[in-house]
Amino acid sequence: MKKTDVIIIGAGPVGLFAVHQLGIKGLKAIVIDNLDKAGGQCIELYPDKPIYDIPAVPECTGEELTKRLLEQIKPFKTELYLNERVEEVHPEKENWIVKTSNKEEFIAPNIIIAGGVGSFEPRKISLKECEKFEGKSVFYAVRNKDNFKNKNISIFGGGDSALDWALELSKFSKITLIHRRDEFRGTQHTLSEIRKLEQEGKVSIKTPCQIDSLESEKELKSITIKYDDGKIEKIPTDVILGFFGLIMKLGPIAEWGLNMNKKTIEVNPENFETNKKGIFAAGDICSYPGKLKLILSGFHEVALASVECFKRARPNEKFRFEFTTSSKTIQDRLGKK
Amino acid sequence: MMPKIIYKDKNGNSKTIEVENGLSVMEGAIQNDIPGIDADCGGAMACATCHVYVEENWFNKLPKAEDAEVDMIDMAYEPKKNSRLSCQIIVSDELDGLEVTTPEKQS
Repeated sequence: MKKTDVIIIGAGPVGLFAVHQLGIKGLKAIVIDNLDKAGGQCIELYPDKPIYDIPAVPECTGEELTKRLLEQIKPFKTELYLNERVEEVHPEKENWIVKTSNKEEFIAPNIIIAGGVGSFEPRKISLKECEKFEGKSVFYAVRNKDNFKNKNISIFGGGDSALDWALELSKFSKITLIHRRDEFRGTQHTLSEIRKLEQEGKVSIKTPCQIDSLESEKELKSITIKYDDGKIEKIPTDVILGFFGLIMKLGPIAEWGLNMNKKTIEVNPENFETNKKGIFAAGDICSYPGKLKLILSGFHEVALASVECFKRARPNEKFRFEFTTSSKTIQDRLGKK
Repeated sequence: MMPKIIYKDKNGNSKTIEVENGLSVMEGAIQNDIPGIDADCGGAMACATCHVYVEENWFNKLPKAEDAEVDMIDMAYEPKKNSRLSCQIIVSDELDGLEVTTPEKQS
């Protein structure tokens, strides 16, 4: 079990800036996020869209903002635990123990939940029967290509992921690419490659249609798709791959006994503490009277939360408010001479 | 008089709400606690959780969806031909009486 001062859940802009605010106060933190990279919604939903309301930054993209924040917290050498979801939180005397989906365990007097609207998870095929084959013959990501060799693979989706995997897996499997409309969205190069493979008979493209049912004995045998005009077709299928993007799910956070208001966590706006001592919430996930879901509000929220975190992590020390421009201690922590 | 928007659920229950000009159909729903529209991303056209089906006659009267919206609808739960993202439908006098149906669920 790893010990730290603060466990931050969520590596979006607010979670990253929390590292900074804690770091300049001399507190250590670790960050856990379900995505494979830092940035949260900024990187997953709108990496290229400009943001115009970061103070003193007239314009920057979600990707740039993330990059700068990572640069800003570099001096603190904080460990990011990516591809991990927090599953359990429970108290241990004055501390909290956090367990993740990768079986990591952390203990700290403080937790800051900066989880946005929840963790990103793949959007699943709406057909109920697909559930029981999930992880066996229905997948929403390709982790190891070797598991997809010499199979009949039906790929659903019309974006980059669906197209790229159709190209890649067609090298050693029979691919059917299924999409709800005729138009695919990908680079010109990818699109022409796909059409070429279609002519060569290596990829078969079915549009506009959606999955209607699946046929199985012990294992998946085939799927039936339904065209917009009502026509149906059966396709021999060993493996279904679905690429419908990501959705945000609150997940286990809802079960930690925190006071919730719809999908948000109620906090005290003086220190952003929840109804549980030592658990804080900041950014889009917290709610209090007048709350605005802006990145800049999240920055303010973690600044205040970090003071309370200090008091809990260093009960025998007095908190001293200091400016970065004049504090020698802070400048040392930032590695400035 | 503000334009009236009719929000239906999949069971046919309907609520008629007066929505101010310039607000989106999504905002009209959120401000009036209409269930079935989540709008997780807050209107940034980044999540497809404010997905609605627009009544056929009205669908053709709406300004066409831009590419980014249609791409995002690919990600919605059970998209149909008359699917739109309600955050992209801006209420105006011309839309008085607009009828939208929320899907079974958003995710």
